[in-house]
Order: sequence, then structure tokens, then C-alpha cells
Amino acid sequence: MTTTRDVASDVAERYEMVVGLEVHVQLRTITKAFCCCSTSFGAAPNVNTCPVCLALPGTLPVLNEQAVLLAVRAAQALECTVNEESLFARKNYFYPDLPKGYQISQFDRPLAEHGRLVIGTRSDGSPAVVGITRLHMEEDAGKSVHDRFPGVSAIDLNRAGVPLIEIVSEPDMRSASEAGTYLRRLRQILEYIDVSDVNMEEGSLRVDANVSARPHGETRLGTKTEVKNMNSFSGVERALEAEFRRQCAMLDRGERVAQMTMLWDATRGEVRPARSKEQSHDYRYFPEPDLPPLRVRLEWIARVRADLPELPQAKRERFSREFGLAAADVEVLTAAAPLADYFERLVAAHPDAKTSANWVMGEVLAALNASGGSIADFPVHPAALARLLDLVRDGAVSHSAAKRIFEIMVRSGDPADVIASREGLLQVRDADELGRWVDEVFAEHPVEAQRFKSGERKLQGVLVGFVMKRSGGRADPKRVNQLLAERAGGG
Amino acid sequence: MAVTRDDVAHIAALARLALDEAQTTRMVTELNAILVHMDVLQQVNTPGGAGDGPTGQASMPLRRDAGPPLALARPLESFAPSLRDGFFLVPRLATHEDVAPEDLE
Amino acid sequence: MTVPSAVAQVTRSFQRMSDVRAGANGLNCILWTDREAALADARAVDARADRGPLAGMPFAVKDNIATLDLPTTCGSRILEGYVSPYEATVITRLREAGGVVIGKTNCDEFAMGSSTEYSAWGPARNPVDCSRVPGGSSGGSAAAVAAGIVRMALGSETGGSVRQPAAYCGVVGVKPTYGRVSRYGLVAFASSLDQVGVFGVAVQDAAIATELIAGRDARDATSVEHAVPRYRDAADRPLAGLVIGRPREYFPPTLDSRVAALCDRALDAMRAEGAEVRDVSLPHTSLAIPVYYIIAPAEASSNLARFDGVRYGARAAGEGLRAMYEHTRSRGFGPEVTRRILLGTYVLSAGYYDAYYRKAQQVRTLIAEDFTSVFASGVHVLFTPTAPTPAFPLGAKSDPYEMYLNDIFTATANLAGVPGMSLPVGRLDGLPVGGQFMAPHFDEFAMFRAAFGLERALGAEAHA
Repeated sequence: MTTTRDVASDVAERYEMVVGLEVHVQLRTITKAFCCCSTSFGAAPNVNTCPVCLALPGTLPVLNEQAVLLAVRAAQALECTVNEESLFARKNYFYPDLPKGYQISQFDRPLAEHGRLVIGTRSDGSPAVVGITRLHMEEDAGKSVHDRFPGVSAIDLNRAGVPLIEIVSEPDMRSASEAGTYLRRLRQILEYIDVSDVNMEEGSLRVDANVSARPHGETRLGTKTEVKNMNSFSGVERALEAEFRRQCAMLDRGERVAQMTMLWDATRGEVRPARSKEQSHDYRYFPEPDLPPLRVRLEWIARVRADLPELPQAKRERFSREFGLAAADVEVLTAAAPLADYFERLVAAHPDAKTSANWVMGEVLAALNASGGSIADFPVHPAALARLLDLVRDGAVSHSAAKRIFEIMVRSGDPADVIASREGLLQVRDADELGRWVDEVFAEHPVEAQRFKSGERKLQGVLVGFVMKRSGGRADPKRVNQLLAERAGGG
Repeated sequence: MAVTRDDVAHIAALARLALDEAQTTRMVTELNAILVHMDVLQQVNTPGGAGDGPTGQASMPLRRDAGPPLALARPLESFAPSLRDGFFLVPRLATHEDVAPEDLE
Repeated sequence: MTVPSAVAQVTRSFQRMSDVRAGANGLNCILWTDREAALADARAVDARADRGPLAGMPFAVKDNIATLDLPTTCGSRILEGYVSPYEATVITRLREAGGVVIGKTNCDEFAMGSSTEYSAWGPARNPVDCSRVPGGSSGGSAAAVAAGIVRMALGSETGGSVRQPAAYCGVVGVKPTYGRVSRYGLVAFASSLDQVGVFGVAVQDAAIATELIAGRDARDATSVEHAVPRYRDAADRPLAGLVIGRPREYFPPTLDSRVAALCDRALDAMRAEGAEVRDVSLPHTSLAIPVYYIIAPAEASSNLARFDGVRYGARAAGEGLRAMYEHTRSRGFGPEVTRRILLGTYVLSAGYYDAYYRKAQQVRTLIAEDFTSVFASGVHVLFTPTAPTPAFPLGAKSDPYEMYLNDIFTATANLAGVPGMSLPVGRLDGLPVGGQFMAPHFDEFAMFRAAFGLERALGAEAHA
């Protein structure tokens, strides 16, 4: 057991952290990988089962074509080489949520290999890249619940057979924060291409980490340990830090790091060894005899690649170029493709990127957060918001009025013009009407009026305030200022 | 390659078979007697790399991502050894809190 | 002439079961049966406007093929009382064709054996001589046909488990090309070798049944899209022009000369009808048993992992999950299954995979290529003895490897995936001897042509 406080930071500073990540992602198919059972979440236990995923004697797997499509799409988005022929294999072990006593996975000849994911830019301007060793297909296991009934574990096989892809990275990450960035970017890419819900809390994305430590400058890899049981990206980062420090402390004492599996305990904030047998796992992989080789044609692979939507990195670069926005703003706007699309349609109708960006990052996101809804269902369409922004630009409504109008648009779905008029929020810019109010204010405040007309320009603000009050806030302050300035000229 | 008692104990554990002393002893003899006949294969010249999958394979047929699921003619209750509230029950895993699934070898 | 009603046929089967004592105190070839259910099925067939090609014919099913109403125990205690909640594709096809299932037949536990002595429910007996084994693993089905209970029965093959018992019992036994018949519902032993097979009284019965069960099944990814010919039409083809290969490796000097003589008599009879017989070689034949006994147990060790007491079948109590697994499996599996699971686990385990499993699969390719070469040279079918001896006495073979050698002539076809069939060629001391044909992949038609021809040519001599 170790905590982050046990080890002096300078010990850790003498070593370099080397991290590789294995990410399991549930694919968004309607049916399971090898049978036609539904993958829908939240069903009563063992309702989404059939002879095949129950592993009844005599049943056989038949692969879901959509799972292949989504897996190839993910492989292409991660710049992998997709193998025209790949093999499935059996990974044999006993566990009650693994009905066949083996998992159908891929071992030799996986679906895809040799990909990459850019996680940022190095100080010299070159891209920081994490290599992706392989991406392969496999099936998920069921779920075991240990605290529902006393003395027994309860097995639910609804999830058994849901298609997964496993994405294995090269040990290219050098810090916990690089690992976090890798995960966030990976999740974003997978969300963009719509292959998974990629929700760690719901279990559609799971992370196992491999971490080792070595002195700075050393090129050989140290012994790695496996870290499991992390439930969030920040949990991954914290777990990596904790395990790295544990290893550094050992190495500094001259001890050898033993290859083992560590479990992250989020509540205690520490890693501890998983209790397992001395012998290492022997999964006895062999090619799955129930499934002939999977063959995907080159033309089809190319078409999947061509059909990919614009990926996050490309979109970030394009937003930066086309709209001249700051990097931080680009990050927020491109976090999810639907939001980026909303922004682009807004700018197309109201070509002020900066203002549009502020409104999307401000008012729109705030409204979405409050309602918990998605941008796809957002009641204010980009064209409608553009109209509101036009009104602001043209001075027809004040900025604060616009915010009020926006709120009403969200609630009612009515157009900006209608609301502005109905609520009396249209700014008055008519010279005659403004002039009348100025006259009334001058009449009500003769002393200030006289002093102002005599040259005390600093009273302009106060008088503007009186006019605003007189007009019930409807006067266009810019125009009032203009009028007063003209009157100041007079006697 | 001779199979030892330790080998038999190890593979029995992997296969979740409990063998008593007498059975283990018998298995050591029997497995060795069988395996000795396999040694002839070592002398056969085989083309490298080939034959890692079943022979004569056409490529894998895929299926559409659609139901309906294969039906069960009778409910789980009719064949499950222990079922409660729809869950299959098994003895509580002794070390479940500490061990990830694949470590329970 | 009208075919008798389904009810009449089924009634006759049950009468015959009783007459020959098909149950536990007699032949022990029928394990599970339900007279009332079978008669109800028969009435349903009779009520149909079209009774189908089988028109109510009763048939028996090996205990490792899933049926909806009778248990499927695979001859094992670990599945005692298990009734499958789904039915095998082959059963559906035969029932749709008007067939009626009248019983599940005894077999070696999980199809692992060559004598049906490894069944948890006691050995089955050969109807020709009930002190002897009917062969295995599909001994019960072979016996049911030989005893006259049914004209047709389903079995399964992994290394010869239909052809060998057919030879021992004096009936016809067919193993189709791997991938010809759906395995959905056949409890897996060795997935890359298993096929459902068919027994018949005569070649005609087997040909019709094979026709009805063959063809791609969307539920089995290893079943192949390939047109199914009318195999029964092969009866109209003469033997003239058929080129038959006689592989010398199947007629070794060690083979009982009387068995060889019966096979050569069969070849002479075919020559007399105009077939040409050529001496050929399948050089890697002697490697078949070592290759088979690495690949089959390896796949079996994985296929039998699902028998863990969690979702179905027998469960033994244990302190904790590990103990439950071990007690369930150790008490549920017999000694031969245990032996093969251990052997299979061993040859797949780290450090041994390359030397054993991988090597065996590579040598398997060579065995398959032997067949490809011979068939490419102009040979239409091969003819060999099915088994080195006739049926041996119960309890005669105690050494496991000696038992494995019974598959010596049959396992090559399973390894290569080619179709094979056995039919009677004569008797030795009153015991049936079988000869087998093997043909190229998906050319069961050539195989049936040869078999119909031989059956015609030998006539009554096949049973003398």
C-alpha cells in the first residue's frame, strides 16, 4: 500500500514514467457480436439472452457485420492498417460471467495494427504521437454482482457477447497527464465517428494501464505492472502517479519491481496488489475453429475511410484557420461534433466568428447544461440565434436585452423579433422619440441640463441614465449619447 | 517431453478438474504413454507458418445487425441449477473484492 | 402402394424396441424415449396435407444432438436430466420433412470413444453379437438401425464415430464433407472435425437423409453454401467409368488378411461392373492418429469448459466457486473425457502450443494434401477397410491408445474434411466387416454412386 505522500517528489523526479494503455470500447450495435440478442442497456437480468450467448451445448457464433464496420471505422480513424484477413481466437479461462469458458477474441492476425494518435505538440513543434500497436475485436463478458444476495454472487449475462474493440497503445506516454490527454482524445475521436457511447461511468469504455519506471536517459524499459479498476480519466491519472511513485521508491532502494497486477482504490487513493496465484495466466490461445477467417476487401476498407467524418484534429486546425479563434475556444467548440456543427451553421448565418463563439460557449452551453439536453434537440436553431445576433449587431436590442430574449427563445421557441417586440425590448432609436425623452429629462432636471449645456460633458453619463430610466430601458444608449452630444453643442 | 506430476497438477487446475493422488499418478502414466506417440510429428517437415487455422476455409459469412433473437422454448428456470430474481447464482467469489476476473485462474 | 401412416410406423418402432430389449437391460442402445410424445408427433404428421419426403418415418438421434423434448445428456452425468430449450437444425429439417424422433441413442461420453463403453449410462451392445461392442462413439444409433428399430438414425463423427460403428454393426454410415451439414445443435467435441452423420439400413436410406439435412445454415458459420444434389439419384449411375483408388497405406501387412480379403472381394465385384481400380498412395496416413489425438482433445478441452454447473446441467456443491467448478466437473466427467481434457489442455498450454497443437495443424495440411493430390490425378473415390477388425468384445480394450487405434482408417477423412461412408462388405466369423469410400470435398454424389454400385454388386454377400 502506498500513498502519494509517502515518497519524496525528488525521488520520482529521477525517473521517467513509461505508460501504455489498453482501452476496451463497446461498439454501438443493435445486436450482440455473435448472436441476435439486443444490446440495449438496463434490461432485467438475463432477459437479453439466447442459446448462443448462454453457451448452451451445441450453439455456435455468427459475427455481426455492423460490428466489423464500426471496428474498421475506428481503426481507420486511428490511422491503423486494416488487415484484409484476420483471425478470431479463443482466450480460455474460467469465470462465471464468461459462459463458454472462453472469450472469442483475436490474437495472431488482429483486425488492425500500426496506428497513431496525436496528443499534442512537443516543445520543438513536432507532434507528440502515441503509437497504436493494434485494434482487435472481441466479445464482452457478463456482469457479476456480489452484494445483492448474501453468500452468493449473482450473474447477469445481458452484457455477455456485446461487441468490443480493444485498442492497445505503444508504451509511448511519459506522464500521467499524457495518458489523460491520450484518453480524452481517443474518446473524442470515437465519439466523432459514432461507434460507441464511450462512457466510462456506464462501462462502454474501460481502461487498463501498464506502467514502468526507468532512470532518465535509460532506453531499456523497466518491468511493468498492470493497473486496473480505474473508473474515470482522472482516476487513471491518479493511479498512474501512485503506482509510478511506488515503483520509483522501490528502484531507489535497489529493489526489483515485480511484474504483477495492481488495483486502484479510488476511495483510499492508493494502489494495492491484486491477490492472484503465483503462476501467470495461461489463456491457451488457439484459432477459433467455429469462425473461418474474416476477410474484408481493400475497396471496402477504402470506402469506410472515405466515409469518415472530419476528425477532431482536422476540425481543430480548420476552425483555427477559418475562424481565427484562440486555441482554447477552438477546443471548447470542437469538443463534440454536433456542437461544432451548430457553431458553423451559426457563423454561416451571422459571419462574426468571435461573437458567435462567445454566444455558443456562453449562453448556449449554459442553457444545455441547465436542461441536460443535447445540442441536437436544442430548441434554438442556429438560424434563429443568428437573427438575434443580427439584432444586437444592428443595435435593435441591447446586449442585456438579447440575453433575456435568448432565455425566452429557449423556453418558447419563438423567433427573436417577435419576442423583442412583444416584451418591449426593442431599443428605441427614433430621433423624435428619443428627443422627446431628452426634453422631458431636461425639464425634470433643469440644473443638470443647464450645466451640461454649458459644457460640463461629464454629466452626459448621468443624463443618459435618466433618459434610460425615463424610457424604461428601451432607449438605445448609443443613440442617446449621440443626441446629447449634439445638444451639448447647442446652447 | 515428459509430463511430470507438477504438470498434471497444473493442467488439472487450469481445467478445473480435481484429481486425487491416485488419479494424478495414473494420469502421469497415461498422458506420457499417449504423448510418446506424438513425438513422431517432430520429424515431419512442415512448411513454416502454414496451418494455423482449420483447413479448406472459405471466408467468414457475416450476419445483419438485426433481431429477432433465437428463442428459448422453455424459460431459464427449466434448466438453471440456481436462479433468483432472474440472476444465475454461484457461490460467492472468495476474493472478488481484490481480484479482477482474469486473475482468478 | 401407399406408405404406412406415421402412427403405424412409430408404433412398429416401439414394438421392435420392446422385442429386442433396446433399453438398459438389453442392448442399451436407446437411452431416452417417450412413446406418447412420439405418437403425438406422428399424428401431427399424418394430419398434414403433405407428409413430406419422409412421410412419417421414425428415426433415432444420438444423445449429443439437441432435441426439444427428449433429454440431451451426451452420455454424461454432467448433463443428467438436461432437456435442451432449442433444437438442432438437422432435427428441424428432418421433422419438417415428415420424420418423427423416437428416441435418443447411447454414445461414448461427449462422443469421445470408439466403443460406446465410455457412456455414463452403461455400454451399448452390438445386436449382431451382444457380448461385443457396437463401436463408437455413435454405437447406440448404429445398433438401433442394425436391430431394426429404425431405418435411419443420426450420429456424429469427429474421428470415425459413424463409419466405424456402421462397420461393426453391419449397416451403412455416412460422414458428409466438413461444412456440408449444420453443426448448430450438435454438442461440440472438436469443432474443426465434428459433423453430423447418418446411419441407414441401406444406402438409399442414408442418401435420402443426407440430402435432407445437408445445406448451408445461417446459424453455423462453418457450414458452406453449396448446392445439394439429389443423392438418391446416384443409384441410377452405373459403376462403369468410376475410377476407384486403393491406397496402400490402408492395406498394411499388419492388417488382418481376412479383412483385406473382404475389401478386395468388394473391389473385384466393382471391377466386374466396369469400375477401374488403381493402386494409390496417401503417404501421411500413419500420422493421422497422433495429429488427431492432439487436435481433437485440444479443441475438446475448450469446448467442454462451458460445463461448469453455472447455467445448466448438474452442479455439485462446493465451498466457494473454485470448489464448485472442480467438484461439478470431476464428478460429472468420466475417465476418458477427463483424460482428453487434460491432454488437450496440456498441448495448448504455454510452452507446448507450438510443438504440439501448431505442429499438428501443419501436419494436418499435409494429410489433406494427400487427398487433394490423389483426387486430382483422376481418381473419383477411394476404397479402404473401415476398421482394422470387426467388433471386439466388451471390456477387451483397456489401454487408451490401443482404443484410439480403432480410428486409424477413419480419422484421415475428418482431418482432411472429405466425405466418407461405410457399408457392409461381408462377415468374419459372423461379425460384420465394413468397407469405406472417401470422395473429394462436396462430392458425396460420387461416393453414393460408388456405394449404390457396390451394394448392387455384392447383393446378399455383403451380409455373408
